[in-house]
Formats: sequence, structure tokens, C-alpha cells
Amino acid sequence: MKNPNGAASTPAGGSALPTPSAAASNPDWRRKYGGWIAVIAILAALCVIPFYMKFYHIELSIIYFMSVILAVSYRLITTTGDWSFAHIILQGIGAYATALLAKHVGIPFIVMVPLAGLVTAAVGAIVMFPMLRTKGFAFFIASFAFGEFIRMVWMKVNNPFGGTGGIVNIPSPELFGLKLTSSVNYYFACMAFMVAAVFIMWRLDRSRIGNAWKAIHTDDMLAECMGVNVARYRTLAFVVGSFFAGIAGALLAYRMGSIDPHNFEITQMVYLVIWVVIGGASTFWGPLIGVTILTVAFEWSRPLLEWRPLMFGSLLIMFLIFLPGGLESLLPALRRPPGEHYARFRRWLTTFRPG
Amino acid sequence: MALLEIRNLSKNFGGLAAVSEFDLDVEEGEIRGIIGPNGAGKTTLFNVISGTYRPSGGTIIFEGRSIAGKRPSAIAARGAVRTFQRTALFEEFDTLGNVSIARHLHAKETIFGAIIGTARKMERANEKRAEEIIEFIGLGEVKHELAINLSHGHQRALNVAMALAAEPRLLMLDEPVAGMNPSETATMTDIIRSLRKDWGITVILVEHDMRTVMDVCEKITVINFGQKLAEGTPDEIVSNNDVIEAYLGSDDILGEDF
Repeated sequence: MKNPNGAASTPAGGSALPTPSAAASNPDWRRKYGGWIAVIAILAALCVIPFYMKFYHIELSIIYFMSVILAVSYRLITTTGDWSFAHIILQGIGAYATALLAKHVGIPFIVMVPLAGLVTAAVGAIVMFPMLRTKGFAFFIASFAFGEFIRMVWMKVNNPFGGTGGIVNIPSPELFGLKLTSSVNYYFACMAFMVAAVFIMWRLDRSRIGNAWKAIHTDDMLAECMGVNVARYRTLAFVVGSFFAGIAGALLAYRMGSIDPHNFEITQMVYLVIWVVIGGASTFWGPLIGVTILTVAFEWSRPLLEWRPLMFGSLLIMFLIFLPGGLESLLPALRRPPGEHYARFRRWLTTFRPG
Repeated sequence: MALLEIRNLSKNFGGLAAVSEFDLDVEEGEIRGIIGPNGAGKTTLFNVISGTYRPSGGTIIFEGRSIAGKRPSAIAARGAVRTFQRTALFEEFDTLGNVSIARHLHAKETIFGAIIGTARKMERANEKRAEEIIEFIGLGEVKHELAINLSHGHQRALNVAMALAAEPRLLMLDEPVAGMNPSETATMTDIIRSLRKDWGITVILVEHDMRTVMDVCEKITVINFGQKLAEGTPDEIVSNNDVIEAYLGSDDILGEDF
């Protein structure tokens, strides 16, 4: 989703470019290694906290890791401008592939998780072929139709998908003889897959391939005339996104031990979109911020169960109106000196017209 | 044999023949101007040659091989690259980033190479070439400016820089000096001339600005209602009665420009 205000706000605020004063207040080493230090600190914290967390919170973290893989892979597809509405279904394909293959063929966990990714990627490649003819809103609707079709197949076909009851008794995961049924063990397995997935997608985002994706989003005709095969690159993004969605699906299937079509309903997809929109999709970090903050918010709102859709719906609308760039658009503000914040606030006050 | 040979080319939109039975030969090393009144089919012609539209009929031979109906990216890979009439840029990238993306054809990167990071050496060579092109076009001082913040003249120049980054043998420029002030226009004219002289690139130029066309091209094709009206040197074109009539229905083809 392109930030409609981005073009207008950049010349006024200059937020996209680091100001000289900001550069001066940041010592060189902080700019160079600050990100790496933060990542290592977070990883170290993630390695320690499961030993101090309650069972429930470990389970929550496991789901969170899957959500991270989903949100980051979803954002990877959106970098080409294709906002899909089938990402949860792709996760479901990975989960169903895991359930069927692990149960009936007996494929071990460490092989099955990447294999589920490959199966999902293959399905993604096939589906993307007709969907290439659409873009923008038409793509959104086409992907929604594809997703509903797959979900109907799961619901109606009893053999092998088990209909509405789904598939039960998925073998419990095991890694070289180590049972992964315990929460802490599975926490680390999920974390390993999450870190690998995020690292790979981060590398892709910064690579020439990632730039080609973003170029397609900005102007697909220009990109094509500069030699970027738009059809191939859009397919590549969708296939890579599908691969990681499938991995998230495999991790989910192993944890739950049983899956059914209700795990992959539209509501889930809506929450995924909310994570990415509220976090912001124009930088790599937006979805990570979104999924982290909203997972916490989701837990806090547990007592208000029936109010949740209303809460998150209005939160989404508020963000679209007041902060269309998502939470990530606040990141450059952290580098700004306080005086500038005040000046911007004053400017904002004078320009603000409700309605 | 000519670098670009077009025979009997036509493009219909429903019942409207935007280009019909059009022949064009562009020799290697030529700077060819294509002019015509508004709606004459100049841009459609470009769109068909560059692959943006599929031709309804006819052949397009580039360097001895047919490119009719191929994808724009495939045609660009063959060495025929176009620019756009509108200012077409990747706005959220800086000047260097835009030119780097446009070097796509000469920077093959595999997905595994991207993950492991084996493409560094190639990317350094690429960046060097991109900077050469930027210096040549005269955008050196705005190398790290976001494309959206550039002045109009710089943005148009960046369009040409991006097309150059694809290392074309045939460059199709669609109104490169549109909306430029006289000094920017003069710079662009110099650039177009040295494209042929220093880079050996054949240029086709669609342009409304008569002064530029007359100045820079030694052969001009006039197109009207999708058909070729006249072809010849600037002097022949200026004195051609058909052309004069097509433009103004009067004897004043160049308006107050001349």
C-alpha cells in the first residue's frame, strides 16, 4: 500500500533524509553497528526468557514466532504492490501438507518443515500464473477468491482433508531423538526457523531482487522497459512469500497436533493485514513492529473478548487516517532533536482541520 | 541492412487505426527525429516498437531479428530501450538507486546469491558504471537526492540516465525536452549529440520542440493520422507543403519559435 501522504509530507518534514544535526548527534559506531547490537541483544534476550516465563507465555511466544514469519513474508509479497488476501490460506496449505505427509508418509520434522514450504511455494507458483493478469484491487479480489476456493475444498473433501473436522493425530515433532513436545524445546525450534526466515527475507529485501520488487510497485511499466521481467519477479515474490507462509503452517500444525479449516479463516487474514498496516509496509521493520505490539495488545484485550473486532477495526481506521505510514513512520522521529518535535507539532496544529 | 526495419506496421484500438502501414528504416549511428501533430501516433509507434503494445500487423526487425510482440523487458535485453513522455522514476530511491535499478539487465543476481551475498563484486562494478553515467548526464551533485525531490530538468535527465544504464544500442527518447527551460534544453541537446559521438548509440527522438528536432536530427520522419507523411532532411521537411498543411494549415510551420 503506497502511503498517499508520503509525497506531500516529505518536502515539508524532510523526514526521509537524516538531517545534519541528527547525523552529528549519532556517533559513527552507533550508526554502523547499532542495528547489529540491537539484534544480538534481542536474540540473547529471546534465548534467556523462556526459562523464566510461565507455560502460557511460552506458548504465546511460539504463536508469536509464527506470526512474525507470516507478517514478514506477507510484507515481502506486498513490496511488489500485490496485496494478497490469501496468505493465511497459504499457511493452511503448509499445515495440511505437514499433517498429511507427517501422518501418512512419516516424514521427520526437520525435513517436513522446509518441505511444507516447498509444497506451498509450488501451489503459490501455480496460482500466481492466472493471477498475474490482475493487479491492485483486482489482485486482492482474485487472491481472496482463490483462498476461499481452497478453504471450501478443505471443508467439503473428506478424503484426504477430513472436511470440517480437519486432520487429527499429527505426529509430535522430534529432532534427532529430542522430543519437541515440551514448550521450551519447541520454542527454540520455532525461534530458529523464525530467525532464519527473517534473515533470509531481510537479505532479499536489501538485494537487487528486492529493489526490483519495489521498482515494480512504483511503476511496473517503467520497470519492465528497464529490463525487469515483471511477470517473473511478481511470481518470484509470491513464491518466496508462499514458501515462508508454508513454513509457518508446518510449525502451527506440529504444535496443535490437529488442524481444521477454521484455523485459516478470514478473521485471521484480517488480523494479518492489521499487523502489517499498523506496523507499516514500506520498510522491512514495520511488520515486525506491528506484529509485536499487536500481539501484546491482543493479550491485554483478552478480558474484552467480544469487543475485540470493534477495537482492532477502529484501531486500523485510526491508523489509516492519522498515521498512514504505520508505526514505522515514527522511527525517523526517534533521531530528531526535541526542539524539532515541538516545531512539527505546532505546524501540525495549524494545519489540522477535522473532517 | 538498417539497425531497425519496420514494415507495414499497424496498431488498431478497436476501429481506430493509431498507426497504419508504417515503414521506417533507421540506420546505425543515426539520430532520427519523429514529429507530427498531437495524436498523430508518435507515442503509439514507440509503444509498439518497445513492446508496450502488441502490433496489430507488420514486422519490426531489430539487428536482423524480429522483436514484434515481445515483452518490453526482452526487447530492452536485445538493446532497444525507450524513455517515457511522462516523468517516470522510482521516486523513493535516490538518483544513484534509480540508475542502479535500471542496470538490472547487466546485473544478474540469483536468489541464493542475494541471500549469501556473493554479488558484491558485481555490484561494485555496477555502481561504478552507474556513477559514470550519472556524471556524464550531469547529475553528479544530486547523486544522493531522492528522485522525487529533484527539479523537473534533473528528473528528465535522470530518465535518460536510466535508459543509458540499460546499455542500449538503440535509444528511443519520447519528448526528452518537454517542459524544460532553454538552458536545460541546450544541455539535453548536447547530451543527445554526444550519445552518438561518444557512446555510439543510435537515437530515435519524438519531440514537439521543433527547434531541438531541427537542431539535432539529420533525418526527420513526419507522421500524421498514423501514416508517414514525409521523410527527409530538416530543410526538406520545413519546405514540404504536406507537412506545413498538416501542422497549421498555413505557411507558418515553426510558429513564433523561429
